[in-house]
Amino acid sequence: MKQATIVSGKGGTGKTTITASFAALARRVVVADCDVDAAVLHLLLDPQVVTEQEFKGSRLASIDTARCVECGLCQRACRFDAIRGLEIDPVLCEGCGVCAYVCPVGAISLRERIAGRLYISETRFGPMSHARLYATEANSGKLVALVRHEARRLADREGLGLILADGPPGIGCPVIASLTGADIAIIVTEPTMSGFHDLRRALSLAHHFKMTSSVIVNVWDINQENTRRISQFCEQEGIKVLARIPFDPKVTEAMVAGKPVVEYSPDCMASAEIRVAWDGARDLLGVSSGRRE
Amino acid sequence: MIVSVASGKGGTGKTTVAVNLALSLEKDVQLLDCDVEEPNVHIFIRPRIDEVTPVYLPTPKIDEGLCDHCGKCSEFCEFHAIAVVGNKAIVFPELCHGCGGCVLVCPKKAIAEENRQVGVIKKGVMGNIELVYGELNVGEPMPVPVIREVKTSIDPNRTTIIDVPPGTSCPVIESIHGSDYCLLVSEPTPFGLHDMKLMVEILKEIKVPFGVVVNRAGIGDRKIYDYCRAENIPILLEIPFEKRIAELYSVGIPFAMEIPEWKNRFRSLLSNVMERASASTASGSRRELVKGT
Repeated sequence: MKQATIVSGKGGTGKTTITASFAALARRVVVADCDVDAAVLHLLLDPQVVTEQEFKGSRLASIDTARCVECGLCQRACRFDAIRGLEIDPVLCEGCGVCAYVCPVGAISLRERIAGRLYISETRFGPMSHARLYATEANSGKLVALVRHEARRLADREGLGLILADGPPGIGCPVIASLTGADIAIIVTEPTMSGFHDLRRALSLAHHFKMTSSVIVNVWDINQENTRRISQFCEQEGIKVLARIPFDPKVTEAMVAGKPVVEYSPDCMASAEIRVAWDGARDLLGVSSGRRE
Repeated sequence: MIVSVASGKGGTGKTTVAVNLALSLEKDVQLLDCDVEEPNVHIFIRPRIDEVTPVYLPTPKIDEGLCDHCGKCSEFCEFHAIAVVGNKAIVFPELCHGCGGCVLVCPKKAIAEENRQVGVIKKGVMGNIELVYGELNVGEPMPVPVIREVKTSIDPNRTTIIDVPPGTSCPVIESIHGSDYCLLVSEPTPFGLHDMKLMVEILKEIKVPFGVVVNRAGIGDRKIYDYCRAENIPILLEIPFEKRIAELYSVGIPFAMEIPEWKNRFRSLLSNVMERASASTASGSRRELVKGT
């Protein structure tokens, strides 16, 4: 089983557009949406939920005011500044349990909190695992790890040889959880100063985890000079640029229509180049299609 | 007065709005970049960096001479940052949240804490702007301690503009926490609208008043306008999808510097925001996260 994770560093460079199109080109593949706090892949893949389960995040401290003697020990011991008076701030509490440990009268307990939901769905391109982290919750990395675990189970169950994971922006915990154990990282960038800056940080993250990386330059023609600099940089670093996708209004049209662009407008310029990227990615992964050979 | 600039979806123009807003004001202003995973504000502001300070997190250091491998620390740790295998205690520093629980529970007093660097804070000045930004070290999963450190620079007597990271989970809440007003930057596409709705839910929950800036106006569809009208959410500014603006962005130039009529628009945006923030304070819906904070 092979796993490819699509990331970017900078948000809004086209990760989801490309993941959805790859899924459509693969025809049958396992899709994992690892952007659990701002997931949008479902808007293009229209998943039909088959099963769902609760996700338990970190625990949350709670003070039994009837037993509390107001000694203030918990407040002094809390490193996250989450206890003010007799109240626990649910946003600041990380569920470490130090307050409950130091409380001399056993007035503090830690409760499970339901931090999101995990879904197994069926799409027209194959099974999909995805999730929804409730607003303001922490622990997105843990939920991403679950989404990927479920994706591997689905691949095993259905005999599918490839998992495509759509990652979140940034380089922190959910991104690390999206990348660990994947065979390749496909980094989508744009030829802007910010895109290039964030690409370098995303590449160092992939390098830190000793992963094979490849790059897609999206909307390459909005600044050809920057595209040239990015390509040159990748060449120096020995990183393959899979494709340069032109700016194409069909991409936004497809998003409005709720479809991957290669399905909505297979003959447009962007679709043609996404197919080039897909062929390159399959070469890197050593798979000929989504099906296990 | 603290104004945060957020979006949910990445790449909608948060940094563009934060930077142009700060540059358009002729008075002294603080600009904080809380997107410590992929900070971009400095690319547009290019300040002289006057100060670089490391950010540390306390992490356990186990004295193998004193440790009897009872495993209490590993049992206590909610974050699985310590494992005791046979007669060896292993610390996984990247998983440690720095709560100090292991030190408290160790019966042999074999655990001390040492500071581990997880990022840096950089401070600089450019014209009327004091820029403070954080950079999370590549490979570190937790941005929140770096964000907290950036926010310690807030001067309550000045206007502070905060560039918030993408997403809707803990780093976003940490960045917005304490703001008097939040500008939600979105784009008129299904992805932009979807993630903006998530942010609206959050801002209502944490009781921060907000208004919308529509970026790339003219692309996509009209649903974001319908939604804002139905929900009674003010649209405070529209930035059109124009080649000139996109080109300036791609080379790292804030467009209000080159197209001066925008300076006035951003100045009126801020006065509008200030009026709305004080109206909302007067009506009592202030920024407390939970009772007692």
